[in-house]
Amino acid sequence: MKNASTVLIVIVFLTIWEIGARLIDKSFILPSPIQILLKSWELKEVLLLKHLPITLLIILIGLIISIGLGTAIAIWMSSNAYVRNALYPILIASQMIPVIALAPIFVLWFGYTIWSKVAVTVLITFFPITVNTFDGLSSGNKENEELFLTMGATKKDIFLKYLVPIALPHFFSGLKVAVTLSVIGAAIGEWLGAQAGLGYFSRRMMTQFDGAGVFAPIFILTLIGISLFICVNFIENRMIRWRLKN
Amino acid sequence: MLAFDNVTFGYERSRNILDGLSFNVQSGEFISIVGASGSGKSTIFRLVTGLDEPSTGAISLAGNSNGQLLGKVGYMPQQDLLLPWRTILENACLPLEIADVKKKTAHEQVKPLLKEFGLAGTEDKYPGELSGGMKQRVAFLRAVLSGNELLLLDEPFSALDAITKLSMQEWLVNQWEKRKATVLFITHDVEEALFLSDRIFLLKNSPVTSFEEIEVPLPRPRNRSDLHRSDILQLKERLLQALREAVML
Ligand SMILES: Nc1ncnc2c1ncn2[C@@H]1O[C@H](COP(=O)(O)OP(=O)(O)OP(=O)(O)O)[C@@H](O)[C@H]1O
Ligand SMILES: [Mg+2]
Repeated sequence: MKNASTVLIVIVFLTIWEIGARLIDKSFILPSPIQILLKSWELKEVLLLKHLPITLLIILIGLIISIGLGTAIAIWMSSNAYVRNALYPILIASQMIPVIALAPIFVLWFGYTIWSKVAVTVLITFFPITVNTFDGLSSGNKENEELFLTMGATKKDIFLKYLVPIALPHFFSGLKVAVTLSVIGAAIGEWLGAQAGLGYFSRRMMTQFDGAGVFAPIFILTLIGISLFICVNFIENRMIRWRLKN
Repeated sequence: MLAFDNVTFGYERSRNILDGLSFNVQSGEFISIVGASGSGKSTIFRLVTGLDEPSTGAISLAGNSNGQLLGKVGYMPQQDLLLPWRTILENACLPLEIADVKKKTAHEQVKPLLKEFGLAGTEDKYPGELSGGMKQRVAFLRAVLSGNELLLLDEPFSALDAITKLSMQEWLVNQWEKRKATVLFITHDVEEALFLSDRIFLLKNSPVTSFEEIEVPLPRPRNRSDLHRSDILQLKERLLQALREAVML
């Protein structure tokens, strides 16, 4: 099994953690994996029914906006050199903004609604999607485009039948990075001010010195991230199955 | 079929590649274009396909001298340029799709041709799974399916091994005769040019002002051994000599 070594490393890591936590024996600072699991089980209804849907909604809305915005900007940049030269530096600069520092502004703008958290999520996820999709759209070669032209292809033909397929693998690479970041974005957004959600719940447990309670929602956030990644991977493999054959 | 009338062209203003070039190609002819590297062979193809336009002079295709050329000739580039995400069938269907033929109709039209092109059983394979010779055949089929009578082939066999190359040449002659196509064929291989063509256009000077046009005095169907006839050997020697001189410059 090709994942055997991964599984082994995780088991070793968790075992060391478990033993270490028991030796230190201060569960409000360092809960052991088993304590976290038990806590998650104990809190399962609150976590899964109350807080999970809210966070998941933020993540999904954020990702949808990022995908729409990111691919639109990427297409616009790839179709027009002026736009590309104007936007590319701005795009890079947007990533230099310390998002956490900016997030309170979003609270000022959007209040404690879902949109302040979505804004944080979008701000950190649209970049990998935009840049990767743009790189993909720019990775076509002149010879192929000219061959299309000699067949009488229109710009639209070239875009749909050549540039989109060639950009697709790049788009998926960007999306994989984005889905992992989206979980972080949503959690940060909730820390800054929320009445519900997994990030909010984790922070509330912190104020109560409940170490396992802090980790339980983080455990679930991690599972969300992993599931999203697996989903994207699955869709990617279905859409670009040809890669296996070449 | 195709005529260049006093065509001048250069990529940069200061240096013309073609200068007042005129020539004629009859319908159904097989013509090879031979010349040193960098002499302007591919440039001629770029003009015929409409990717570039002459700065002065006119190119007429099928008697029409001011029409759009893009989409009017079948072009087969040196690299096969097959799309790796499309199956062989889908690759071959590309020009039909671009001409807005329905996918199903296109597939039905192309499937029997795959068999005829020695590509039976490959329709659902991807280009990465095919040999070099097979990929060239797909690329040729794609050029044929552009539906145009004039086919431009730019060194299609130069990347193939010697044996595959020979069988592809014979295969190409068969296809050309069967389809009654007009072929312009760029090659570096003098023997290939002699075996395939009715006429050979030899590029000697730079910029190109005219070709030396050479009729190949061989009847069809041809045989490999015809190439050993003494007049052909002389002709071959003369062509090689001319190419060597061009390289010296
Ligand atoms: N896009 C371009 N821009 C500027 N110069 C070019 C361009 N393409 C070709 N050239 C120049 O034009 C000349 C003719 O090139 P061309 O490709 O037609 O040669 P060729 O006869 O096909 O050579 P080869 O046998 O190596 O393929 C060369 O000197 C080349 O440097
Ligand atoms: Mg060339």
